[in-house]
Amino acid sequence: MNREQIDLIIVGGGPAGLAAAVAAYDSGVRDMLVLERDVNTGGILQQCIHNGFGLHRFGKELTGPEYAWEYERMAAERNIPIRCGTTVLNVSPDKVVTAVNSDGVSRIEAKAVVLAMGCRERSRGALNIPGSRPSGIFTAGTAQKYVNCMGYLPGREVVILGSGDIGLIMARRMTLEGAKVKAVCEIMPYSGGLARNIRQCLDDFDIPLKLRHTVTAVHGRERLTGVTISETDEYRRPIPGTEEYISCDTLLLSVGLIPENELSKGAGISLDPITGGAVVDEKRQTSCPGIFACGNVLHVHDLVDFVSEEAALAGKSAAEYISGGLDEGAPLDLKPDGKIRYTIPQRIASRDEDVKVYFRVDNIYKNVKIKVINGDKTIFAKKLAAAAPGEMESLTLTGAQLAECGDAKLEFVLEAG
Amino acid sequence: MSAAKGMIIKMYDAVIIGAGVIGAMTARELSKYNMSICVLERSNDAAAGASRANSGIVHAGFDAKPKTLKARFNVEGSEMMPQIAEELGVPYRQNGSLVLGYNDDDRKILELLYRQGQENGVRGLEILGGEELRKLETAVSRSAVCALHAPTGGIICPYELTVAALGSAMDNGAEFLRNFEVSEILEDKDSLTIYASDGRSVKARYAVNAAGVYSDKIARMVGDDSFSIHPRRGEYLLLDKDCGGIVDHTIFKVPTKKGKGILVSPTADGNLLLGPTAEEQEERDNTDTTAAGLNDIIAQINEEAEGVPVRAVITSFAGLRAAADTGDFIIRPYKTRMVHAAGIESPGLSASPAIAVRIAELLFELGLKTEKRADFKAERKSYYWFRRLGAEEKDAYIKDHPDFGKIVCRCETVSEGEILEAIRREPKALDLDAVKRRTRSGMGRCQGGFCSPRIVELLAREQGIPIERVTKSGGGSYLNICRTKGGGQA
Ligand SMILES: Cc1cc2nc3c(=O)[nH]c(=O)nc-3n(C[C@H](O)[C@H](O)[C@H](O)COP(=O)(O)OP(=O)(O)OC[C@H]3O[C@@H](n4cnc5c(N)ncnc54)[C@H](O)[C@@H]3O)c2cc1C
Repeated sequence: MNREQIDLIIVGGGPAGLAAAVAAYDSGVRDMLVLERDVNTGGILQQCIHNGFGLHRFGKELTGPEYAWEYERMAAERNIPIRCGTTVLNVSPDKVVTAVNSDGVSRIEAKAVVLAMGCRERSRGALNIPGSRPSGIFTAGTAQKYVNCMGYLPGREVVILGSGDIGLIMARRMTLEGAKVKAVCEIMPYSGGLARNIRQCLDDFDIPLKLRHTVTAVHGRERLTGVTISETDEYRRPIPGTEEYISCDTLLLSVGLIPENELSKGAGISLDPITGGAVVDEKRQTSCPGIFACGNVLHVHDLVDFVSEEAALAGKSAAEYISGGLDEGAPLDLKPDGKIRYTIPQRIASRDEDVKVYFRVDNIYKNVKIKVINGDKTIFAKKLAAAAPGEMESLTLTGAQLAECGDAKLEFVLEAG
Repeated sequence: MSAAKGMIIKMYDAVIIGAGVIGAMTARELSKYNMSICVLERSNDAAAGASRANSGIVHAGFDAKPKTLKARFNVEGSEMMPQIAEELGVPYRQNGSLVLGYNDDDRKILELLYRQGQENGVRGLEILGGEELRKLETAVSRSAVCALHAPTGGIICPYELTVAALGSAMDNGAEFLRNFEVSEILEDKDSLTIYASDGRSVKARYAVNAAGVYSDKIARMVGDDSFSIHPRRGEYLLLDKDCGGIVDHTIFKVPTKKGKGILVSPTADGNLLLGPTAEEQEERDNTDTTAAGLNDIIAQINEEAEGVPVRAVITSFAGLRAAADTGDFIIRPYKTRMVHAAGIESPGLSASPAIAVRIAELLFELGLKTEKRADFKAERKSYYWFRRLGAEEKDAYIKDHPDFGKIVCRCETVSEGEILEAIRREPKALDLDAVKRRTRSGMGRCQGGFCSPRIVELLAREQGIPIERVTKSGGGSYLNICRTKGGGQA
């Protein structure tokens, strides 16, 4: 068995892993290795051939693969070693990484590890849709892979459940390929996708978005022949008597993404039940010293630009850790009130610098105020004209504001007004 | 039938109709003898019926009424299971089962089951009080005050057992014809001619009817209308592997008139299984799950175990019990050339090794002449052999077999080498579900989202068929319709 010692191991060669590698290099790390299970880097961006990537990061509209190429180029310029076709099987709490590829099994002792494994799509089983088990039910991402990477069309008459971004993108993609998308059903009263995707992928093609609707049965023995959809009430339960049958040969599911944290669990890292990702501090360090997390494995992002930004932070922090560790001051725990579903980071370890906190709300809000409270003092307040679960928000707490905090708890509260 | 006219039809000593666990185990048992064997199956793979979707419990044998065939073969079969599972390389674990009681009336029922078990010959039964119960199984519901403990109860994956038993029979020379739906059987003086709905046919000196929910239809084809089958559907929820350790035993409630009720059990593969419901139905191929059924399961779970996170469901499925109107297994010859194995509802999986031996005996009694072979190979390489290797051994094997270092299924860590082996080895996996049944790829929490496109490519390549012809589970269950507009040049 191959045994190695490498300063920094980055697990995953998607946009997060590559950006972390580039940042770690630029912060002085030379001995590092990116491990990627796919035969190419780029992660899920490889199959996202639509545009809309990079507006924030590069100031221009790129397709998914083009965005990935930018980072692949930066990594190549720095001669960052990348091992593709390599699956990490285990990361131990003391940062021993076990990986396998067609050359065999390797055991790598690392000084620091950046986790950037991405996320996976929620499947039909997780939704418990009753009915038969025919072919023709795919997650939107699987269908996207068939169409964009393999060049096959999985169906002709399509219903999409869930209005997440991949579902919206696939509504347009299947339409362009000559399929008929009959409806996009969304159980919530609003879409979880980006507003621009609703316009460009549904409205422009006259595809109906049925809010407060869900699929309540699937039909067909061999291939899907149709689905029953129903209206839902405020508790998301189907309303009896509202059933409608739609004939179709394909049901695409775009019902949420789940960070892939099997390796993190194996390393004993604390996870946040809301995000499904690790609990991290402002450096993106997890509960396991020297193990960092970034990108969709940490929390699901809607824009890759923010993934890159977060990953750069994780890569730079890993470099600091390797060259002498990170300071721990008196830590602060960030406590969202529920209307604010979660914050990233969940913890602030050192109060020396400004910290940008990302958060997501649990519903659609208009004219609200976000407050950050420490003890009985409001240390930060900001008005938001609108907030939606589909769009990540952020605020910056200055080092000065943090230094003022007497209490170890920072409450994040959303209020009317 | 005209298609077959003038063609030479192959003759077998024994033809088995149905590649469920009963047909597969019977084929393996018969392959210990010098004889030609053919298994006919209407679907694209073995284990397409009840043997695909059941609880996977190797029952200890206290539920069945004494003196019934169910009681006899259950106890005999479950005694045989550990060794057969070992020979076939199928994971089996004797985790023991618990039947919970909630009051004094229930305790009386448990005592009845205890005595019934004693009479059936079940070893090791004991009745536990609340405290002992919780010592043995911490997660049991707080409302349970007593339990029957059956330490010989076990768990096994029913479709892995079926596929492996058929594979073992094939390793020893048995043949397997798929998509062969028996639709007519003609009898002449020294054989039966068995026709498929597509016109193919085979001849049989003797035939075994192991057609599950269709076994009464097969009986009708030879003129026997002495029994009928009434399918009873059972729905299940399967939870993520994270939950497999919540309980260690298989947990039942005291049985009611409706049967054994909902159970909570770890599976042999480490998931947590909840179910089954029991609903009578007419149709024989409707294995739909229903909202009512799934909700019914969820509503009952807390009575058995604490802290089952129903959110962690990864899939739901249903199976059909082939209940006969006689209430017992029907294992008997009809006239001179056929043996029925019908009405094999629960505990049919547990009983299957013993039923297979009994069917062989009945064939010999009918006049099948043969003798044991010296060269029977009992051992079959497990589908899990690679997974079980240590890191050093894996490393060494991958050096010569690089496909085993390419992970295709992330959730269950299945390599391309293992998937190719499932596609190439008899009984060959010809579709996506068949690969899944052999390797567990696509069985994990993402339910095939990541790995299925690659497995589809491998299935197409190995069978020399275009991607559009690859199916989920045979027939018309195609996964892709055609190439995309630009796909031709891709
Ligand atoms: C919900 C449920 C739970 C159960 N739980 C347990 C349990 O925990 N423990 C236990 O011991 N038992 C259990 N059982 C019972 C067990 O599953 C069955 O007894 C066993 O699988 C029966 O096997 P079989 O081969 O007789 O039938 P099947 O597995 O149904 O096989 C019959 C085969 O015949 C084929 N066939 C049918 N008609 C034709 C035709 N015309 N031509 C060619 N092929 C044909 C079918 O496609 C099928 O593959 C359960 C059953 C159910 C449904």
